[in-house]
This record gives sequence, structure tokens and C-alpha cells, in this order.
Amino acid sequence: MTRVGVVTFPGSLDDVDAARAVSKAGGEPVSLWHDDADIKAVDAVILPGGFSFGDYLRAGAIASLSPVVETVVKEAAAGLPVLGICNGFQILCEVGLLPGALTRNAGLRFVCRDQRLRVEDVNSPWLRNYYVGQELVIPVKNGEGCYQISKDELSELERSGMVFLRYIEENPNGSLADVAGVRNAQGNVLGLMPHPEHAIDVLTGPSTDGLGFFSSIVDSLVKAG
Amino acid sequence: MKFDTVADALRNSNTPQPFSELGLKPDEYERIKSILGRRPTSAELAMYSVMWSEHCSYKSSKVHLRKFGEIKTSKNVLAGIGENAGVIDIGDGWAATFKVESHNHPSYIEPYQGAATGVGGIVRDIVAMGARPVAVMDSLRFGPPDSADVQRVISGVVAGIGGYGNCLGLPNIGGETKIHASYEKNPLVNALCVGVMRHEDVHFSKATGEGNLVVLYGASTGGDGIGGVSILASEVFDETKSAKRPSVQVGDPFTEKLLIEATMEMFASGLVEGIQDLGGAGLSCATSELASNGGAGMRVRLEEVPLRDSDLSVEEILMSESQERMCAIVRPENLEQVMKVCEKWGLKASVIGEITGEKNLVITWNYQEIVNVPPRTVAHEGPEYQRPFVMPISNSKGHTPCTGADFGLKSENLKEAILRVMSGTEVADFSAITDQYDRYVRGQTVLSANADAGLVRVSDDSTKGLAVSLDGNGRICAIDADLGTQWSVLEACRNVAAVGAIPQALTNCLNFGSPEDPEVMGQFVAATNGLATAATALDLPVTGGNVSFYNQTGETAIVPTPVIGALGVIDDVHQHASSEHLDVGDVIYVVGELLEDLSGSLLLETMGLSESTMSLPEISYENEARLITVLPALISEGLIRATHDISDGGLVTALVEMVRGHRSQALSVVPDDDVEPFVWAFAEFGGRVVCVVKGQSVARFEKVADERKLTYRRIGDVISSNYAEQALEIRGFCQFTHEELIIAFQKGMLLKH
Repeated sequence: MTRVGVVTFPGSLDDVDAARAVSKAGGEPVSLWHDDADIKAVDAVILPGGFSFGDYLRAGAIASLSPVVETVVKEAAAGLPVLGICNGFQILCEVGLLPGALTRNAGLRFVCRDQRLRVEDVNSPWLRNYYVGQELVIPVKNGEGCYQISKDELSELERSGMVFLRYIEENPNGSLADVAGVRNAQGNVLGLMPHPEHAIDVLTGPSTDGLGFFSSIVDSLVKAG
Repeated sequence: MKFDTVADALRNSNTPQPFSELGLKPDEYERIKSILGRRPTSAELAMYSVMWSEHCSYKSSKVHLRKFGEIKTSKNVLAGIGENAGVIDIGDGWAATFKVESHNHPSYIEPYQGAATGVGGIVRDIVAMGARPVAVMDSLRFGPPDSADVQRVISGVVAGIGGYGNCLGLPNIGGETKIHASYEKNPLVNALCVGVMRHEDVHFSKATGEGNLVVLYGASTGGDGIGGVSILASEVFDETKSAKRPSVQVGDPFTEKLLIEATMEMFASGLVEGIQDLGGAGLSCATSELASNGGAGMRVRLEEVPLRDSDLSVEEILMSESQERMCAIVRPENLEQVMKVCEKWGLKASVIGEITGEKNLVITWNYQEIVNVPPRTVAHEGPEYQRPFVMPISNSKGHTPCTGADFGLKSENLKEAILRVMSGTEVADFSAITDQYDRYVRGQTVLSANADAGLVRVSDDSTKGLAVSLDGNGRICAIDADLGTQWSVLEACRNVAAVGAIPQALTNCLNFGSPEDPEVMGQFVAATNGLATAATALDLPVTGGNVSFYNQTGETAIVPTPVIGALGVIDDVHQHASSEHLDVGDVIYVVGELLEDLSGSLLLETMGLSESTMSLPEISYENEARLITVLPALISEGLIRATHDISDGGLVTALVEMVRGHRSQALSVVPDDDVEPFVWAFAEFGGRVVCVVKGQSVARFEKVADERKLTYRRIGDVISSNYAEQALEIRGFCQFTHEELIIAFQKGMLLKH
């Protein structure tokens, strides 16, 4: 069974939700601890949402220095699939695995809402069960989700398909070019502000549109392995 | 540091002490002296003054709250009034706990921190019972939103609730926000937390077992939230030192999250015997309550308390209300494990004392006794007042119903009246508030903002759900506090039933003016009578509550605002109803008994037609209980697409709220021929609920309702529409487009996006 590590930092909140989503997609969630560099030979890693270290200093800044992240950075270079959700996305940007940065929402308020999104690219093991142009409804909930990057870098991202997810209809946080998620050039590292783990069951979420991230990684690794 | 010891107190028995500055009456001070057989030390004086305050001792309300404990019910209460929070059995080995607490005054002074720490405090109460907190909710009252000061308060309070709750990782599953001029300089911030646990995990805050250790863990202690005690510290002991510190506590939700996880881990591994959170009155409260509850003696070495500010006096350390701290009773053999858990979560922990075989709570500073008191006299045997009260005159015995015609309202003006009510603050678009709260975290939220009740699944491996509603209605309680409270209880229970859950318990937060005003005290007594009457009639326990007095501006008290929390249980959370779903071909019913009466209605208030001589209609508990019982049965059978309670603004408001999220459906309804149109549209009594029934289930719905003797009336249908067209058609009178309604809702918004 595909083993997907879910990291818990002090202040992680959606770790249980990410683990539930992995199970629902048929994978085995493996709990990883921020202070332990051992990632237990997992096949993929999720950095979940929350307020790691209270978002003190800057969202994701302190977590990016933890032992587990050091291992994740090393393994990601060797192709380990890594998904950063919300706070996890902020950590991936802090540590340089993904380009750009996330700043305070344009409205300066925390925003929780069911967000319409469009998939722009699927070249990633996390995205194989989606198609380009697919529209999704997944919750966003963040205070620092405004994606920032230089103009040149943004056009480079756009050109190479690295902006894989975009807000449509309404941009909840003022992100440049409505960017909701970006991937690295190889496609194994993905970060997004919306919370796919909260859209896996219509009982508790607005849709099941988020399940694809988790089923994609399970399917990709089963087929690859 | 200079400090006053027990030996000093014995030696200098006549030293004058600033007891009145600390809020103690001369006779209370005399009583302390007679308990101790000497003058108190300044540390003891500080402890007694804060523990005997209205906030901690309930000295004005206690005699009236006893009646809640005397209510006989068939429900299985595992922990009742007097514990940090009441606990009820919800079946299959699960238990639920919930409680509301006010943080009104701090939230006016410093809205963000006041509201934030209100959330933090109630969450720790739930944790102290052994439960995993699973959701929060709030009931808010503000002045009219057009003033800059009220905007300051609203935006700060909302940001504070969100800032704390979001970072803590608890979903906010709803609540209510209402406006009245009397709250302008005295907003109400009542926060509720609900927790879940297995029966065997219920814990009590008790210190037992001689030799067991007292461990303080969490944040270190600073000078925040000390309030009146700084008088003592600065004036008596060190006149040169500046003791002016913020008296509003400052919250750190990150530490609270770590505190929850560490405490859950300690409970799961059986490492703690008893636990108490540090809230109001800080260490004074925690140590004296733990010792008093356990009937044990305790020795505390105050110098072991980790400090954030080494300048604090002993009195300040005892009184500090620094947030995010807990006190655990630990067997010596478990200490190492407890320390490991704290270290894992990055929390400071220190052994500050132990349980003794003596009777007293003894606190030392550098080996010198500064406190030596019988703990019960501090924690539980404080003063108790029979405050004089004047019962409000209830006109309800000879109540005469009123209709629109009594006020000269004409049916050709119905549309205008409806739009006016829809443009008010009670029916407004609250999304600018609720969008600031995370409702998804933990992944168990089924219903939240905009639903009649919040609904969370108990756990991934259970289908059980907990429904919670918080309801208060100052408008009707100002007319009749007793009946108004009863109607509020019914509304809370109906809201829970409307999502498909069966009510199991009540809690409350009673917000009133000064208890020293006999008329206010009378309102309070009437409200407690009303709550007890309703709870008894509905066979529901009151498992806890909170009293907030002195909510007034100058001599003017707020309108009496008892806020009622109802908790219900649904066995299969998949079989719930929301107010959102509509399908073309569905049939609209109103269930429950209409009282043809506009008394106490939002319509009359909006039109400026409310009169102080008004009265409220009496309640038929037989009808009300039937509605609350039968509704969940109809929902669990899967006959109902959507439900919505009829309350503020009557039937028409309920209909408009149901259709407002839709673009391709409309509601087409026909008023009853025999009911005056204003009464049909706006009457708020008795308990009624709109049920949208699936077309194919109509026959079955009517059959079950007939069998259960539930009154119902078929009022119309869900029809197809589009955004440009109508949203609501009241046949024979008027219609409304979606756009008209949206414009109206936006007018009443308290905060703009």
C-alpha cells in the first residue's frame, strides 16, 4: 500500500484531515514528527495546513528549519513527491522548494469560503486524476494566502505550466494572476492554498473535488512501483 | 521583594488593609478575619477578594441558580453544575460536554484580546473535563453598527474570535449576532465550546492522594489580567513601582493548541489524577478549587512558578490571569512521563507543590508562609446574598394578542414592511463575519454558519452527531424575562430539532445589569425561573452556565439577555436536514401551532410600534414538546429536503433566508385565508418550523404528522426561476426578485467585506 507521510508540527491543525484523506483514497497515512529527521521510508509526504509554530515570525518560517523538513528537502531533490497545503505551501516557499512567497490577504482578514478553482496543468503525480480545464470547488481558509513573485519569474512559471491551479470567479486573497497553487519544474513538489483534504466527502465538505490529489498519488505510486 | 507573612499578620494585627479598594465589603472583611482568627495577609486578602468577587463566587446569583440543580430529568448527566462544564451521556459509550462563558467587559476595552481570551477560557474548561474540544460557537451583541466605536468593537471582536479559534484549530459552527442600543458601550461576547469524550475519560478537578504533586504547565506567569489586585501591590507594598499593567488578558492560541494536545496525551496515558485550568483568579482559583473539591490540604511553593516578569509581587503571582496555563495533580511515579509530554510539546512545566494530609492550603514564598487558609472558605463558602429584587410585572396572564390591524398596518403595505424587516440587522448577510472563521478544520463539521444549529460528527468511526444552538432574545425578555427566557429555551431546542437532533441538555449565559438594582435583580430571578420551568417541562437538565452582571452603561442596564445553549444528539449524522437544499417540485409546509399574535415581534420593533406595556403569549408545552420530538423523526425518515426554524421576523423571514442562496428556484406560497396577512408573515409564536418536503414524500409526511398529532399546513411549492426573476411569491399579495432581497440583506450588514 502506498505510504504517505503526514507531518505534524506544533500548531499543525489539518494533519488529521490530511491523514483521513489519504486513507479514503486507499493509501496508508504515516504520522511524521517535526523534530524527527526520520521520514520512515514513506513514498510521499504531505505538509498539512495549520499555524505551525503559531505563524510567529512569518507563516512557515520556523517550521522550514525543522529536522523533518531538512530530510524532505533532500529527498524531494531525489524525486520524493511532496504536497504542501496552505501552511505547508508557505513552508515549501520558505524553504525554497517552490518559488514565490505568500503574504497577508489583500483584505487583511482571514477568509474561509468554498472557492471555485480551475486546474491548469496536470504534470505531477499528485494530479494524474485531474484534467486541464477541470473546475473544482474546494474550501480556502487562510490569512496569508496572497501569492507574490516577480513579473519575470511569474511569466516563466506560466510558460512552463508550473501554475497548476487558479482561482476563478473571485480571488479570495489578492494572489498575483489568481495563482492558487504552483508546482516545481519536475512536478513532484506541489503547493496550494486551498484545502483539498476538506473536500473529500459531501457530508463534511462542499464537494469531493479534493480527493483527486490523494487518489492521484496513490495511483501514481502503485502504478510506478 | 517585600511580602507580608502569616507571622506578620499575627504580629501586626491592626495593620490597615485596602479591602474596600479590592471590592470587599466591611462585613466580608470581618468574616475573613473571623475565619482565620487573625487579619489576612495581603496575599490572602488578594485571594479572598478575587474569589469572593461576583465573577468567581456567584454571590448574588447562587441562591437562584440552585433550582437548576433540582430539576428532575430522565437524561443521564455524568457531571452537572459545579464542574468546569456539565457532561451528558450521548450513548454508545460517548459523552459530550458543553458550556458558554461571557467575556463582555474585556471585549469593550480591548475587543480583539477580550474576545480571543474568551474563546481560550471556555476551551480550557472543556479540556479540564477530559474532553477533546471539537467546536466553538458564539453569541454576540453590539450597539447599532453605524457608529465608529461600535465598528471598532465589532471588527475587533470578530477578528479576535477568528484569530484565536482558527489558530487553535477548532471549527466555528455558528452562533448569532444581534444589535440593540443598550449594548453600545457594553457589548456581549458569549463563547461556547463543545467537547467529546469516552465515558471512562471524564475527569473531575479534584486534588486527592496525599503526596501527589501539583504541576503547573503551559505559559509562564506574567502581569496581565490582574485588574484590581495591582491596587494592593502598588499601594501597599511598593509605592514607587509602576504596577499599571493591562488588565485585559492577552491570548496565545498557539500555546493553547499545545496545551490541548499535551493534556489529551496525559489523559490518554492515564498520567493525571485531576486537572484544573487557570482562568479568572488564576492560581488562587485553581489551587483552592482543586484542594476544596478533593477535601485535601495542599502546600504550594510560589517561587516555583515560572515567571515572565520577575518583578511580580506574590499577590500578583497568585492573581495573575495569564492565559494558557493548567494545573494537574500527578502521582510522583508519573511525574517523569508528564514532564516528557510537556517537553515534547514545548511547554514549561514545574512542580509547584503537593497534596498534604492537613486541612489547609498553605502557600509559601522562600519558605515563609504567606497563605494558610481552609480552601473551602476561599473557593466554595464565599458570601451568598439574598439581594432585594422586585419581580417585573408580567402582563402575560391577561395577555391579549395583537395583529397588524391594531397598529393600522394595511395589507397593501405588506411588501414594504417585508423589505424593511429584511433590511434590518437581524436578517442581514453575516458572511463578512462568518467568513473570518474556519468551519472546516478537524473535518467533522456537517452544518455551521447559516444553519439552524451547528452539527459535528462525533468521530470518524461513529455516525453520531452533536447539534448545538445558542439563542437569546433581549427583545422579548425586556417585555417579560420569565416567559421570554422560556421562549428562548424553546427556540434553542427547536433549532437543534430542526437539523434532526433530539435535545439532551441545556446550558446558559445570563447577561444582566447590576444585581444591586432590585429591578435588574428581579429580571434575573424571572429569567432563572423561566429557564427552570422550560427545562422541567422539556425534561432537560441544565448542565452548567455562567452569569454576567454589571452589564450597563452608567445607570442604564442592557436589556435582559439570557442566552440559552441547547445540545442535541443525532444517531446518524447523514440523516440531517439543512435549511439550504431546495428542489423544484418540493412542497412547502409549516409545522407547529401558530399563535395569531404579533406581540414581541421583530416587525413591531422595526416599525417602532413596540410598547413597554406589551406582554407575551403563554406557552403550550404539549405542542412545543411534540414539535421538538416529531421533527427529528420526520427528518430521520428522509422525507424532508430542508427545514428552517421560524423565529425573529416570522415565517416570511424564514422563507427568504431559505431561498437566498439559490438562483434557479423560487418559493411560491399562499397565505392562509383566515389569518391576517401581517400575522401570517411576521408572527413569531408559537414554535413553528418550515419544512420543505420532497414531492414524492408528501403523502407519507402527512400520514406521519397526522399519526403524531403534529399540526401542519401546506403553504406552497418550490418552483423554477432564474436570478432575474422572482425569488419569493406571496400569491395574492406581492413578490420579490432575488436582486431585491440581496440588496435588502446587504443594507443590514454589520461589517462590510
